[in-house]
Amino acid sequence: MAVIADADRPTGAAMACLLATGIGCAVLGSAVIGCEAFPSFKQAMDWWTPAGPLSGKSSVATIVWLASWAALHLAWRRRQVSAVKVTTASAILTFLGFAGTFPPVFEAFAKH
Amino acid sequence: MSLNSREFWTVFHGMLVGAVFLLAFAGGLATLWGLRAKSLTGEEIDRRLRHLRWGTCIMAFMCWATVISGTWIVYPWYRAKSPDSPRSQLLADSEKAAWHTFGMEWKEHVSWLSPFLITAAAFLVSAYGRELARQDTLRRTVLALYGLAFFSAAIGGLLGAFINKVAPIA
Repeated sequence: MAVIADADRPTGAAMACLLATGIGCAVLGSAVIGCEAFPSFKQAMDWWTPAGPLSGKSSVATIVWLASWAALHLAWRRRQVSAVKVTTASAILTFLGFAGTFPPVFEAFAKH
Repeated sequence: MSLNSREFWTVFHGMLVGAVFLLAFAGGLATLWGLRAKSLTGEEIDRRLRHLRWGTCIMAFMCWATVISGTWIVYPWYRAKSPDSPRSQLLADSEKAAWHTFGMEWKEHVSWLSPFLITAAAFLVSAYGRELARQDTLRRTVLALYGLAFFSAAIGGLLGAFINKVAPIA
């Protein structure tokens, strides 16, 4: 998908935003699977006991999303960045995020 | 006519910010869909962009308010260890347990994808403005983010409404 090929503004800021969104989604999906697969990781994600591991999973995903967006934005904001590669990577990462949050998927990693 | 603290936050989470986000989606979708330079004047594009900028930014704020209030205020009441908490009630009844093991487990996680996606859509609308009308591929990318944000929020909203019906937070 050739996104913003003739943009007046460099594509970098848009690509940084898109890729960071994919990363945030994938981190959340991975954290959900990680909690099912590794009890120690689940314990580590329990940042605030009343909300349980969801407090850590959602916070880690938010922090990584913001940090990756800031880093990518600083690196790419004045550049033309390959829209095809970034959009494809972002789509795959976002899909992984959705898959990782779907119970039949993350329960497959559960240690019984 | 009054609401206790738990009722207020449940209504805030599910009906005020959550439902407003879902209801605003249709208006934003129609505006984004029709934002094409070929069929609109410059003035019309600017007018629609003003609405879109405000609309997507307000939706992003609503979405963050929904997941933050849900996770940090309402969810602890849902998952309390006491036998009368909704989670305990659902798990105690084998016919209702799937509302937690599938419904709540999906809702609490998938909903958190929505603020990332709608914030990205709001940023692209705000930063790229008129280029959205000129470039179909950029507009379609924003539409995809916008649609996925709605999809994840709608799953959370729908499951939340059902779960609150089966085992309300009292």
